[in-house]
Amino acid sequence: MSDVSHITITEDLTIYNALELKQRLMDAIEQGGALELDLSHVAEIDTAGLQLLILAQREASRRDRTMSICAMSDNVRQTVEFCNLSRFLGNATLSGTQPTA
Amino acid sequence: MDELTSVFIQEGREQLQAMESGLLDLEQNPDNLDGINSIFRAAHTVKGASGVIECHFIESFMHKVENVLDRLRNNEIAVSSDLTGILLRSCDQLGALMDVLEAGQPAAPADIQAKGDALLVELAVYTSGGPAEAVLEVASADNAGTAAVNTDSWHISVRFGPHVLRGGMDPLSFIRYLASLGEILALETIPDAMPAVAEMDPESCYLGFEIRLQTRASKADIERVFDFCREDCDLRILPPDSKLAEYVKLIRELPEDDMRLGEILVRCGALTQGELDEGLQSQQHPESAGQAIDTPPHIGEILVDQKVVHKELVEAAVSKQQQVSEKKAVEARLIRVQADKLDQLIDLVGELVIAGASANLLAQRSGQSDLVESTSVLSRLVENIRDSALQLRMVQIGETFTRFNRVVRDVSKELGKEIDLVISGAETELDKSVVEKIGDPLMHLVRNSMDHGIEAPDARVAKGKPRNGTLALNAYHDSGSIVIEVSDDGAGLPRDKILNKAIEKGLVQATQTLTDQEIINLIWEPGFSTADKVTNLSGRGVGMDVVRRNIQGLRGSCDVSSVEGEGATFTIRLPLTLAIIDGFLVGVGRAAYVIPLDMVIECIELKTNTADRDFLNLRGEVLPFVRLREMFDIPGERPARENIVVVQYAGIVVDQLMGEFQTVIKPLSSIFRHLRGIGGSTILGSGEVALILDVQALIQRNARAEEREMNASSGLLRSTAVNQ
Repeated sequence: MSDVSHITITEDLTIYNALELKQRLMDAIEQGGALELDLSHVAEIDTAGLQLLILAQREASRRDRTMSICAMSDNVRQTVEFCNLSRFLGNATLSGTQPTA
Repeated sequence: MDELTSVFIQEGREQLQAMESGLLDLEQNPDNLDGINSIFRAAHTVKGASGVIECHFIESFMHKVENVLDRLRNNEIAVSSDLTGILLRSCDQLGALMDVLEAGQPAAPADIQAKGDALLVELAVYTSGGPAEAVLEVASADNAGTAAVNTDSWHISVRFGPHVLRGGMDPLSFIRYLASLGEILALETIPDAMPAVAEMDPESCYLGFEIRLQTRASKADIERVFDFCREDCDLRILPPDSKLAEYVKLIRELPEDDMRLGEILVRCGALTQGELDEGLQSQQHPESAGQAIDTPPHIGEILVDQKVVHKELVEAAVSKQQQVSEKKAVEARLIRVQADKLDQLIDLVGELVIAGASANLLAQRSGQSDLVESTSVLSRLVENIRDSALQLRMVQIGETFTRFNRVVRDVSKELGKEIDLVISGAETELDKSVVEKIGDPLMHLVRNSMDHGIEAPDARVAKGKPRNGTLALNAYHDSGSIVIEVSDDGAGLPRDKILNKAIEKGLVQATQTLTDQEIINLIWEPGFSTADKVTNLSGRGVGMDVVRRNIQGLRGSCDVSSVEGEGATFTIRLPLTLAIIDGFLVGVGRAAYVIPLDMVIECIELKTNTADRDFLNLRGEVLPFVRLREMFDIPGERPARENIVVVQYAGIVVDQLMGEFQTVIKPLSSIFRHLRGIGGSTILGSGEVALILDVQALIQRNARAEEREMNASSGLLRSTAVNQ
């Protein structure tokens, strides 16, 4: 559990990249250890991207791994907060993240 | 004041009235759920509308009131007379706030504000269970997050189908768009439908959302947001104010686990935990009992069941929408018109009637039959216009009557009496100008009856009467007038007490002999009161004479009848309209007079053999009559043939009958105010003036004169008897 794999996603979290991203996230979880996602370079996120994040989080906790998002672009943060998923996606400690009313 | 605000004030007052009558009704029938709902709706409408016109002091006040009503509606608190009392006072406060708004002040003055704050503290006891919490809520008035008790928002459940994403649509954008309709109070993302990693297709959509949306948009507007993916999503919309059962239904219908979904609903604030437990439990009990006996239901059955449930849901929604649109349609049929515009119309119609009469007269004199015919068509049309124009001003008296519900409630509490108000004839119509002026006299009579008439409960029981006193308001049409009765089943008017008081005040001499009716009528004299103690309601001796003067100012009359120990009835008789009537034109000598046509029963010829008496035998009944010629002292010889116009209870002897005549009433100037028997004047087609007879007063005047004569002569007889 000591090793932390750090993944930086640079492409859009959208349906166009969904297949590839799913594979990449699942592979990362497969490797074991804690997973940190850097989404600060993600320009766009849509429903497909969002549910991939949810899937990854679910899968990680199923395998007793931790997954957290260490950085988000404004677009991603806005969407995650809008969907009230900040806590679930493990980035509650991020600055500017407040539980929505 | 801008137009929007004035519309708000007008409609707000109507809603206020609705709230008040709803509350009074609720006090009587605490189990009436519909009543609570209608009160809530009224309060909610006021709150919403005040938000629209940005009148925040009303909005924030109504928000608190609404919270209490909401708890009431959800059965979280019980109806009590304390609570309705506070809510009624809140209505008063709202009325005061509206006055402030109407006066154009930006905020309520200190005293009203203080009253409002005091009320809010009282209300707070009923909101979140304790005053401490409530004070907190007052502090954070603008925070929309006080949503725990606030269910005036839509609940939207949406589950997107797997093909939405592939169809090129992004569900998130729909949800974002939804936010533009109003404010999303809470949102929960439901990923439960997502399968395990292996089966999860990243290009399929598995998400669902539970959303609480506060918006003024209609259900159709909300549905339209999802139009593009309607076939491929499962959309459920619960309107604001939905019943707990509907939420439970929603929980059952959605694919997720009941408890999980329930928790989600609690989390996004649609339900409270208590509500959820109660809802799920009440549904589970019968089900588990059923399953114990039967085998578990087949899937098909469940589906059918669900379908039925679904259909009902749809029907309920449809009927709700229909109700709303019907209500809108009714509202659309009403036009608000300035009262003075209407008055102007009536004035013009009055002039039209006079001009028409003159044209008619000229046509008749010309002897051209074509002209006569066309003017007669014209005058018929004018008559119709007159009737419709007057009809415009007719309003039902019911609204005036229902105001007294509150008065009776408050006063009976104050006096410690138990009084029921019975209203009948509320649909009786009369002229708006009359309605406006009748309120004060009526109020006086009602208070008077409650204060002096109806006895305290114990005294009533001792007399063998029901504990609750009854006060009745009744209205009906009677020959061209409207009759309003205020009656009570109280003690009646104390004849001896009135007489003693009158003697004490020097109104009558101790030696005078008076009939019972005459004694009772003494109460109309100025400066008369029999109440043993002066209350702040009545008993200051400035009462009945003012009432009578007000009513006489409306060309009306008032009477009282009383049976000691059984109750009293005050009868107000008013003309239906103050503007135009159908008249019957008669002539005496060279003068013309108008008798209101509604009063006329028939016309007969006066036979010469009855010429010297003042009564005749009309089909076996004695009909007394008055001779207008003698009464008004009109010079000239009696014609060979005289006629009698038979009005109610009496006849009026005149020279000539000149037929029906549309009469525009022109009031007499104030110099003639005390003239009895003349109701006003009108202008004839020829330009001459004719006086309108006030038949009732005329007959009374004659009867009184007659009585006096009788008394004088009987007194004379008695004195001669003593002398012998």
